[in-house]
Amino acid sequence: MTTAPALDSKQQAAIDAAQVAVQSRGYWTTVAGRIRDDKVTMVCAFVLLLIVFSAMFSDLIALADPYKANMLKRLAEIGAPGYPLGADEMGRDMLTRLLYGGRLSLFMGISPIVIAFVIGGALGLVAGFLGGRINMAIMRVMDVFYAFPSVLLAVAISGALGAGIGNAIVSLTLVFIPPITRVTESVTTQVRSLDYVEAARASGARSLTIIRVHVLSNVLGPVFIYATSLISVSIILASGLSFLGLGTEPPEPEWGLMLNTLRQSIYVNPWVAALPGAMIFFTSLTFNLLSDGLRSAMDVRL
Amino acid sequence: MLNYIIRRVLYVIPIGLGVTVLVFALVHMSPGDPLSAVVPPDAPEEMVQELRKAYGFDKPLPIQYATWLGRVLVGDLGVSVARGREVVDELRIAVPNTFILAAGGTLLGFTLGAILGGIAGFFQGRWIDKLATSIAITGVSVPHYWLGLVLVIIFSVEMNVLPSIGMGPGGSTAWEWNAEHMRHLVLPVITLSVIPMGLITRTVRATVAEILNQEFVQALHAKGLFQRQVLAHIVRNAAPTTLAVMGLQLGYLLGGSILVETVFQWPGTGSLLNSAIFERDLPLLQGTILVLAMFFVLLNLFVDILQSAIDPRMSRR
Repeated sequence: MTTAPALDSKQQAAIDAAQVAVQSRGYWTTVAGRIRDDKVTMVCAFVLLLIVFSAMFSDLIALADPYKANMLKRLAEIGAPGYPLGADEMGRDMLTRLLYGGRLSLFMGISPIVIAFVIGGALGLVAGFLGGRINMAIMRVMDVFYAFPSVLLAVAISGALGAGIGNAIVSLTLVFIPPITRVTESVTTQVRSLDYVEAARASGARSLTIIRVHVLSNVLGPVFIYATSLISVSIILASGLSFLGLGTEPPEPEWGLMLNTLRQSIYVNPWVAALPGAMIFFTSLTFNLLSDGLRSAMDVRL
Repeated sequence: MLNYIIRRVLYVIPIGLGVTVLVFALVHMSPGDPLSAVVPPDAPEEMVQELRKAYGFDKPLPIQYATWLGRVLVGDLGVSVARGREVVDELRIAVPNTFILAAGGTLLGFTLGAILGGIAGFFQGRWIDKLATSIAITGVSVPHYWLGLVLVIIFSVEMNVLPSIGMGPGGSTAWEWNAEHMRHLVLPVITLSVIPMGLITRTVRATVAEILNQEFVQALHAKGLFQRQVLAHIVRNAAPTTLAVMGLQLGYLLGGSILVETVFQWPGTGSLLNSAIFERDLPLLQGTILVLAMFFVLLNLFVDILQSAIDPRMSRR
């Protein structure tokens, strides 16, 4: 055995410091640190919180009644007295309706992803962990859903079920279950063949324990990131269904529906008509940027 | 290679059958009487029964499915309840119109995306990369039906230089290669191109960046190849992935143009779906969804085979 040259005090101190750093900085601390250093993600998180809070507390912030029509103020210009962002085709205050509109648009965009995350995640976990025939059965059914472009599938299901918030959420959930299942299945299959899962099995751990302790902790992160990256599409699609008349019904304030009803007025007051779409755009953009930031902070590769 | 192609082609059969089951189930889970579109609410009961028999709605569902599938296989999609015309004839007019939009959107998106993504990949971390990446993320985040509306506001309402709706003069429903039809194409094609543009920019950027990191690129430089020759190698390596994304995007635009077609009142499959849904015209709805989904399945097949043909690594997996 060769003896290493003795460490001088500076070197020793550096090594000690590194060890302390490794001990104190867990994975989530590292992730939080990376997010804090990422200006774009921080700004997006702030903007998103602003959008969510202004939708949640719109009844406190908004000055007007979102349903109160005033025929004299129809399509008032942006900046008209008492109507900071103008008025819609029924003379309702645009700013108020944009604030209230966030409630339904966010709810209809996010809830399908949450439901699909639970259902698709469970299906993918089962398919990936059990493999064999069950995997075949689940994944082939998903392949059939994959045979439809997502917009077509959403429109087809919503069109068949009829207009309504519930039906729109059902159809969007069905659109997002297959991709989430597929991602979960492939990550689970990878994790399942790792050595330490084999070791756990060899040492007599039950399947449920292995799933709960080893598989879930490795699969959840990537699938969560993937699901967040779908929220932006989901919001665009949810408002798109309302835009087609398949989601929310009048007089509810919802961005997609507002865009639809204001479409007839583009020759009278074009820029008021474009406002609801701008809200959809900003919301979807911040979700996309935030998801990208989370992905690089959590160092997930899909 | 041949083995892979045969397996891939055969796989279309179960998927295709699955698609027919799903389309049939979709339409039959819709609430309400499928006859409500043709029968006035005060029609006598015998007449309703007779029509029910004529459309085959009186038989049990599996039998209805089997008869429907049998007819579909010989190219008979039934008669549109609301319009009283063959669904196939309606599609024959609408599908080419949608295809023109989708192809135009994909081509424009692909061209812009390949250029932006290539530049971004080569100059990673520089301002031009950041610019291209920002354009790409804007492209995938923008609700395209809103972008269409904004383009109409700018170019039709404010500047009055381009038409806002329709496919040609006087409500034309058949494409012609003339200036007037081309003018109608501009705004919808730009609108449809933003999503493929964003996705292809991201794909090309990631692929180029990955290839540049591989050793063979350094080897090519070391061999003394000109920049141009090295570029040719990079393009050849990036092509399969990029083409696959482009192929799928064409499929997405074909099946998903309903929103943009609604904005521009384009006489394609989107407006067909729209009227089928709101007039509760089940044969038309069923036929249109089925044809669009089948296009997508075949396009997927074509992309997979093409990819394995130009990238030998694929079929060996």
